[in-house]
Formats: sequence, C-alpha cells, structure tokens
Amino acid sequence: MKKFLNLFIAISALIGGLSGQVFAASKLIKVDGSSTVFPITEAVAEEFQKENSGIKVMVGISGTGGGFKRFGRGETDISDASRPIKQKEVDLARENNIEYIELPVAYDGLAVVVSSRNTWADHLTVKELKKIWEPDAQGAVTKWSQIRAGFPDTELRLYGPGTDSGTFDYFTEAICAKSGASRGDYTASEDDNVLVEGVSSEANGLGYFGLAYYEQNKDKLKLVAIDDENDVNGRGPIAPSMETVMDSTYQPLARPIFIYVSVQAAQKEEVAKFVDFYLTHAGQLVKEVGYIPLPDTAYQAALERFNARITGSVFGSKGATIGVKIEDLLKRKK
Amino acid sequence: MNNRVINKRLDGLFKALGILTTVFGLSVLLVLFIDVFLDGASRLSLDFFTSFPSRKPEAAGILSAWVGTIWIMAVTGCIALPLGIGSGIYLEEYAPKNRLTALIEISIANLAGVPSVIFGLLGLGLFVRWFNLDRSVLAGGLTLAILVLPVIILSTREALRAIPFSIREASYAVGATKWQTVYCQVLPAALGNIMTGVILAMSRAVGETAPLITIGALTYIAFLPQAPVAFSGEFPFIHLSLQGLFDPFTALPIQIFNWVSRPQKGFSVNASAGIIVLLGITLAMNSVAIILRYRQRKKTRW
Repeated sequence: MKKFLNLFIAISALIGGLSGQVFAASKLIKVDGSSTVFPITEAVAEEFQKENSGIKVMVGISGTGGGFKRFGRGETDISDASRPIKQKEVDLARENNIEYIELPVAYDGLAVVVSSRNTWADHLTVKELKKIWEPDAQGAVTKWSQIRAGFPDTELRLYGPGTDSGTFDYFTEAICAKSGASRGDYTASEDDNVLVEGVSSEANGLGYFGLAYYEQNKDKLKLVAIDDENDVNGRGPIAPSMETVMDSTYQPLARPIFIYVSVQAAQKEEVAKFVDFYLTHAGQLVKEVGYIPLPDTAYQAALERFNARITGSVFGSKGATIGVKIEDLLKRKK
Repeated sequence: MNNRVINKRLDGLFKALGILTTVFGLSVLLVLFIDVFLDGASRLSLDFFTSFPSRKPEAAGILSAWVGTIWIMAVTGCIALPLGIGSGIYLEEYAPKNRLTALIEISIANLAGVPSVIFGLLGLGLFVRWFNLDRSVLAGGLTLAILVLPVIILSTREALRAIPFSIREASYAVGATKWQTVYCQVLPAALGNIMTGVILAMSRAVGETAPLITIGALTYIAFLPQAPVAFSGEFPFIHLSLQGLFDPFTALPIQIFNWVSRPQKGFSVNASAGIIVLLGITLAMNSVAIILRYRQRKKTRW
C-alpha cells in the first residue's frame, strides 16, 4: 500500500507541470434561454460543431427570463429569447456593462387548440379569447356556453404554459393587453407535451402553445382559427400555418423569436463565427425543426446588423410586443 | 370455534396479504419494465451509446449523458464516501453522548428526508454562484454528494451498531487502543454493510434529476468533459488533468427529461431506451449491494 502510494506521488510529480500542451484548451460558447428557441439553436450548434471540431457549444434551457438574468450578469455569450428584452433586464445588463446585439432568427405561431372530439369550436375571436383568459374570468367563466351563444353548456377546461414562459408573456400581452395578466385557475405546465395530453384527452379542453407541438399531434388536436376582427390583417378567422404566419395575416398570435449576442463575447473569434453560421444556415434549419423561417432578406439584414455591431433593442425594451410584421422588422433594422 | 382455529385463520390471512402486497410491488415494476422495453428496445444499439444528442431522434444518442453520469458519480463518491463514513465512525464510536451530539444526530436524520430539489437550490446558491463553479461537473458532483451524505452517515452508523459490543471489549482487553479497535476489528466486520448502504445511496443519486436541473444542467451538450488521462508520444507519455471537473456536463436523467418534453414521437422512443439504460445501471448497482451483503453474512465469525 505504502509502496503504491510513493509510486503514485512520484508519477504525479513527474507529470505535474509537463502536461499543459497535450490538453489543448478548447473554446466554449455558452448559450442559454428560451425553451422555444432551443430547438433552433440546438440544430445550429449541432451542425456548427460538425464543421468546427475545436469549438464546443452548450445550449441551456432556463426560459427567456432566466436566460436574460444569466446573460445580464455576463455568464453567457448568447441568450435565446422568445420575446424582446425587458427594461428590468436591460438595466441588469447595463449594471454589468454588457452590451447586446438583437437578432431575429425565426417566426413562431401560437396555436389555440381544442380536442379533436370538440365539434363546436372552429374559430374564436380575440375578444372571446380575452373573455376566457382575462384575470376577471377566474371562477366566473367556467362553461363553454358563456363564451358564445350556441356553444354547449359543458364545463370549460383550460390548459396553458406556466408564468416563467415567454409564451405566457406573449399570449397575455396579445390577448389581455397586459403581459402576465391571466386567470390562474387553469392547468399550467412548462412541459408542452403535458398540455397536448391534457387538451386531447378532454373533450371540453382548450389550450395554447407553440405551433410545432400542434404539428406533431395533428391526429389528437383541432386547431382553432383566430379572428382579430381587423380586416387589415386579412378578413375573418385565420388558422396558423407557414403561409399565414409569413404573410402576417395570422395575428396577433405570431411573433418573432430572437437571439441576443453579447458584444463583449462577439469579440471572441469563435462566437462571431457561430453567429455568422447561425444566420447563414437558419433559413433551412428553422424549417427542419418546425418553425417558420424569416425571408432570406431578413437574415441578410440581421447579419449586416451583427457585422456592424449595432447594439440595443428595436422594441424599446418593452418586452413582449404584439403585431410585429416581418416588413416592419426589416425596416426597423435599418 | 376455539382460539386455535381463529389464530390459524388469522395466520393464513396475513400470509395471503403479505403475498398480495409483494406481488403488487413486483408486478408494478414488471409492467413498467415491459412497457419501457417495448417502447425503447428497438433503439438500443452500439450507436445509441456512441452518439451525441441530436435534433434528429434516430441519430441521437447518450454518449455525453452516460459519460457525464460516470463523472458525476465519481466526484460524488470521492467526496461523500470519506466524509460520510468518517462522520459515521466519529458519531458512533467517538462522540460523547451529550446534547450537541443529539442535535447533530437529529439534524442528519432530518437532512436524509429533505426533498432533493432543496439540495439543488443549495447547490445553485453555494457551489454554482458563491464558489463560482458555474454549471460544472464539480458543482453537480458536490450537490449530489451533500444529497447522499446523510444517507451514507446513517447507514454507516447502522452498520457499526450491528457489531456486538463484546468484540470491542475483547479488543480493549488485549490492550488495543480505540483506533486499533475501530480499524482492525469493527470496521472490517462492518465494511460489507457500510458498502451496501453506500451503493444504495449512490444508486439513488444516479437517477436524481431535480437537483441537477435546479443547478442548471438542463443543457444540450454534444461534447465530453476533458478526459482525466491522455497519452502522447512526448515525455512523460501519460498525462493527467483535472480540467474535466470544471467542464459543463449533462447526465442520463437530464437527457431523458429533455427527450420526454420534445414534440416529436421519435424522442419518446429515445427516452424509453435511455430509461432502460438507467434502470440497468440501478439494477446492477443494487445487485452488487446484495452480493456484498450476502458475502458479509457468510464471513461473519460470531
């Protein structure tokens, strides 16, 4: 035992200082944030690492808010966000001297769904959605018949994301006109598959979540078309699809999603390379993981924005912003 | 009917009840196993173990997950074993019986019952933020180490208490010191049971998801921590490095959790395959514990 110990000490002493160059210092890019943006960044990271073997990319899922907290403290290089940055988060970043470049990477549609056994609800207006989800509805709006005359007098069962989610922030802003304003007596889960299971197993169920989760569960769910009663965005109820989100007729439940790149981190060659790769390949990869790509010109504009290191948010740090069209986004970029 | 007949009936009834509960527990495990196996067995192949996670379910594997799990377990073991067994020996053999010791004992027993998420929050505040270890292998290992520590201390004490006091007295009688008694008599006799407790505690830690998610390890990682040993042509040919301790990691339960929450059906198949691997590891560890205990019983001389 003692002999072995002496041998061990001798070997480790010998090895000690000499090993530096054998273990090449590898470069690490840290991304964290929204679970909605995660599949896109993951796909980009996967392809990027195939081409650049020396660079490691880690992509976390802390939610948009959680991601911005870490980003603002300088813990991450890039933050995934399913809504624009909020004033609180801007302040945190400023305190720590973090500047950021805001880059849109895709469009996401929020789907309002009911069970495939639901025979009555084909479409809902924004007003009706507000009636269902606003804080005052808590304990008061409990039956389908209360939403629209003609709907059956059966119980209304609601499913939606939890309060940490950027999807929740956006939906409440779009429907109830105030971010975070929602009734609390619904089944909340951060796991969208739980919501899918809930709505599909409940003939009286209604829920909302990202369009990608509807696409994968078409057999069990029925999509509800949304009428915003504003003919500028197309007349009548419109169901979300690749086309209606891209031509901005599916309003107000379509939103751009972003990555925020720290200017300090962008000075590192590997981070700049990653962002460049991201914007060049996003168009094709976004579609592959079930999201709606921006037009090519938008990625081009975003890349120019990144290369010029234009900092700040074009949304004036308001957080969730409703009704942003792709053309507007492009105009604002210039 | 006299008493004898009633007692016999009661006896039979209790036996039936015992069999029923045992069968119930076993069949639940069996149903779980069969269900997971039917779902995931088709994905189990060498590729599954040697591939990194991917956005394509059929190409995704658990390489970074199982390597991460081994790293975490190694760190957890290296920290929790000496600390846990040491504290157990002190509390059982050395500590004076006073109020302070009683307080410590109660605290440890309580800690063993604290939900694992709480340990995750502690790990996030203490190791990730305050010690600035970030989401590293070391932070994860330390968090799980404090999670299993109370369990190891308790099972060590349990094992030591099972050694008859006459053994210690006999040792003192031939002039042995306290340490000699503990090291040469008590510890070897209790080692089997101590190891059983340690392995059971570790097999609990293997499946822990909540504390690791709390410290922020829910992450896509398609690389491995820096290997601790590397070989090269230049002197001294074998190189050691602990850099891997500070690298980010993922682990099996986290990978499974991630896959379960994906919309695509293919990922739930992957999750089932991951669960089979995790169940296999847990079963293997528990079998080792049972074998150790069995051999210990055969060796016992009194």
